[in-house]
Amino acid sequence: MEQAPEHDSAQSGPGGHLLSQLVAHLREHRTRLQEEWSQRIQQTHLLTAMTPQEMAAETTSVYDNYVEVLETGNVEALQHYAKDLSERIIPRGVETHEVVGIVLLLRDVLARSLFEKYQRDFSMLNEVLDAYEPAANRIANTVAVSFVDERERVIRQQQDAIRELSTPVLPVRERLLILPIIGVLDSERARQLTEQLLSGIRKHRAKVVVIDITGSPDVDESVANHLVQTVDASRLMGASVIITGLSPKIAQTLVTIGVDLSKMNTIGDLQGGLEEAERLLGYTVTRKEVSTSS
Amino acid sequence: MNGGPALVSIMRQGSTLIASVHTALNDSELVRFEHDLVDQIGEHRSRGVIIDVAALDVIDSFAALTLRRIADMARLRGAQTVLVGIQPEVAFTMVRLGMGTGAVPTALDLEEGLALLAEQGSHHPRPDEPEA
Repeated sequence: MEQAPEHDSAQSGPGGHLLSQLVAHLREHRTRLQEEWSQRIQQTHLLTAMTPQEMAAETTSVYDNYVEVLETGNVEALQHYAKDLSERIIPRGVETHEVVGIVLLLRDVLARSLFEKYQRDFSMLNEVLDAYEPAANRIANTVAVSFVDERERVIRQQQDAIRELSTPVLPVRERLLILPIIGVLDSERARQLTEQLLSGIRKHRAKVVVIDITGSPDVDESVANHLVQTVDASRLMGASVIITGLSPKIAQTLVTIGVDLSKMNTIGDLQGGLEEAERLLGYTVTRKEVSTSS
Repeated sequence: MNGGPALVSIMRQGSTLIASVHTALNDSELVRFEHDLVDQIGEHRSRGVIIDVAALDVIDSFAALTLRRIADMARLRGAQTVLVGIQPEVAFTMVRLGMGTGAVPTALDLEEGLALLAEQGSHHPRPDEPEA
């Protein structure tokens, strides 16, 4: 906001005078220029994800915001608008090049109208463009940066969600936890898994944990060692770990790289692992006799 | 320990000794703890020992070694030791540094430790009365 007085003083200079003349011109021909701009957008097949009505509403607000920034030199309101717009259009799959494209189109449309207006006075045209171009570029920049920022925010949010989902610790019975691992286990995920498992043991007072890696295609040496350490650490907290679903490939890898698995309790599949866990905990699961004849 | 708050409290519960470590011990304090505890096993004719380290956020190699030594000595004096309350971060750090608890059994907390001893027949709610 501190910049505001500077802009005011700038506008009282010759450049400022030109800008206000410029803004008046753009306001005067608003309908025509906006229409021209919309046509150009349609011609270049940008923003196809939006309906014509939405497009008309958005182009109006973008146009007004654009002119306002040219007038005041203050991009804050535009930033807000761009952020808000990005929030709405990102989920609909609008790409960066489209957003940048339409802003550049508007810049060109307006520049053309300036050429037209000042075509008889070349030096005047030059001066007007000198005032117009930096402001216009700044606007294009602001919109693009706001859009990309918003996209990155969405991506970060999704990454967090994926990370949280990637290592669920599920209590199945009292004192029995299951950790299904789906997808590639890298060292970052392995570290997280350990953290979640150990705090899960504490929280659920687990005595037996079944780690099922049926859904994990491969592990490397450091992850395998990490897994062994996790099993040891769980034991220190009084829980025993059963690993199930080792694929032939992983079994081969583990034996080849020579990870010491002698202390690991491994069982072929999740079903077997659960049965073993129930045995360790003293559960007996029996099927209820069905009295009705089928 | 010369005055100040107790660093370790050793309590008797039936035939079990419960040693609760309140704060990180330095090496000489560890040696003293080892000494006290092993002494008391004989005094109370204990059959089980529970060492609760829930208050510790770090267990160094000497502490781990001392805990293993205590367990070995207790076994020689007829008591089974269980280590309880190791914090998640401590557990993983110990494993990463390659210092396990050896053959000393571990349990989640005091309650689990008592249950484990009871399972193995080392804990009785009251001290064993001499059989007539």
